[in-house]
Amino acid sequence: MADELLLRVAGLRAGYAGPVAGPLDFELRRGEIIGLAGPNGAGKSTLLKALWGGVRVFGGEVHKAPGLQISHQAQGFDDLRGVPLSGRDLLGLTGAAPAGLPPWLAGRLHERLDRLSGGQLQFLRLWACLAAPADLVLLDEPTNNLDRAGVAHLADWLGRAHGGQGIVLVSHDHAFIDQVCTRVVEVGA
Amino acid sequence: MSFELLFDPLFRVPFATGLLLAGILPLIGMYLRLRNEWLAALAFAQMASAGALVAMVLDGPMLLGGVLAALLAALVKGLLARAGASAYALMMLLAWGGGVLLVANHPLAEQAGHALFDGQLYFTGEGHLLATALAALVVMPVLAWLSRPLLLARFFPEFYRARGQSERPRLLLFDLLAGLVVALATVSLGVMAAFTLVFVPPLLAWRFGRGWKSGLALAALAGMGGYTLAFALSLGLDQPFGPVCALLLVMPIVMTGVKFDRM
Repeated sequence: MADELLLRVAGLRAGYAGPVAGPLDFELRRGEIIGLAGPNGAGKSTLLKALWGGVRVFGGEVHKAPGLQISHQAQGFDDLRGVPLSGRDLLGLTGAAPAGLPPWLAGRLHERLDRLSGGQLQFLRLWACLAAPADLVLLDEPTNNLDRAGVAHLADWLGRAHGGQGIVLVSHDHAFIDQVCTRVVEVGA
Repeated sequence: MSFELLFDPLFRVPFATGLLLAGILPLIGMYLRLRNEWLAALAFAQMASAGALVAMVLDGPMLLGGVLAALLAALVKGLLARAGASAYALMMLLAWGGGVLLVANHPLAEQAGHALFDGQLYFTGEGHLLATALAALVVMPVLAWLSRPLLLARFFPEFYRARGQSERPRLLLFDLLAGLVVALATVSLGVMAAFTLVFVPPLLAWRFGRGWKSGLALAALAGMGGYTLAFALSLGLDQPFGPVCALLLVMPIVMTGVKFDRM
């Protein structure tokens, strides 16, 4: 249902041994893309993880719509060298549909992941989270390690066809945030 | 050298038991390797061997003793997930030390101990075959069901937690399956043959598999092919099965120069 409230975040403070990020306040509705912007060290990734319970919450509230399905794309990438896994295998794990992949990747899904370039692999991993069946998608620095073609395709897809999900993304790339997000929330240092 | 024994009905049951195990062990090995936990197989095998020896000394069934000891090891491994390789090493040392002392000090344990350590497949009986067949009926569908969770835990470790679920029960179930299969293999094939079939075929599959399913198929075929050849050679040349199996399977790895990625 369009305009459905997916997430309400109020006064969220999060961290590890102690709070390192926040407070954060925002509401997210289906179809919206919210960008968390702020300087390095502001705790954007930590706050993103707090939305699904990946770090400790020290204060505030995260209200999720009942039955909310969350998909989270984390930074960094596990070493895949030598693992006999194809692109199609990887997408099948999260249930992500290949429809919408850029042509330079769609034709290589049968190949092993360790035959792909770093940029192709990063895009595929991103896609496995982005196109998985989920109401809320959390993207942590999605443009990292993508080449220009990858960034352009991602921006285009987010701008026109992201399946009516709600998306919260963290990026140091202000131009990308300005291009794709319907709203930007600043996270203080 | 005589290969006539290959067609002796006496060896049909041991051969069939081993062949079943040689198809399943590499599949377990694929997932252990995926999780960087292949050393756990050696710990399970050592524990199973010690458990079998203890059962024999206590006048109980070796098969049951081996399975119970390996399942205990799998449970400990699952519950002490953070201990990782240290836990496997401690289990191996504990089981090896206890097993060797039993063999050295108990006359009944000596012959069984040599069978377990050297890999004398020919003592395998119908009880082993029945237990292995029943285990295969359970393990194969459960392993197929666990495949996706195990791969997700490796490549998308946050997948289940982000959906409010825990992956731990699934991982523990896999540990118990691995313990069960390795225990059955240890009491049927011996410690090092069981470990060889868990460890080596996945190395080939890692190198030559084009995807996960083809990797699984390749590993199972390599295990069953290598086992069949090793069985025939050890019988024909009157050599212990374990070392023949290990050498035969390791040789292609050395000769083809398969890179040891993710060791």
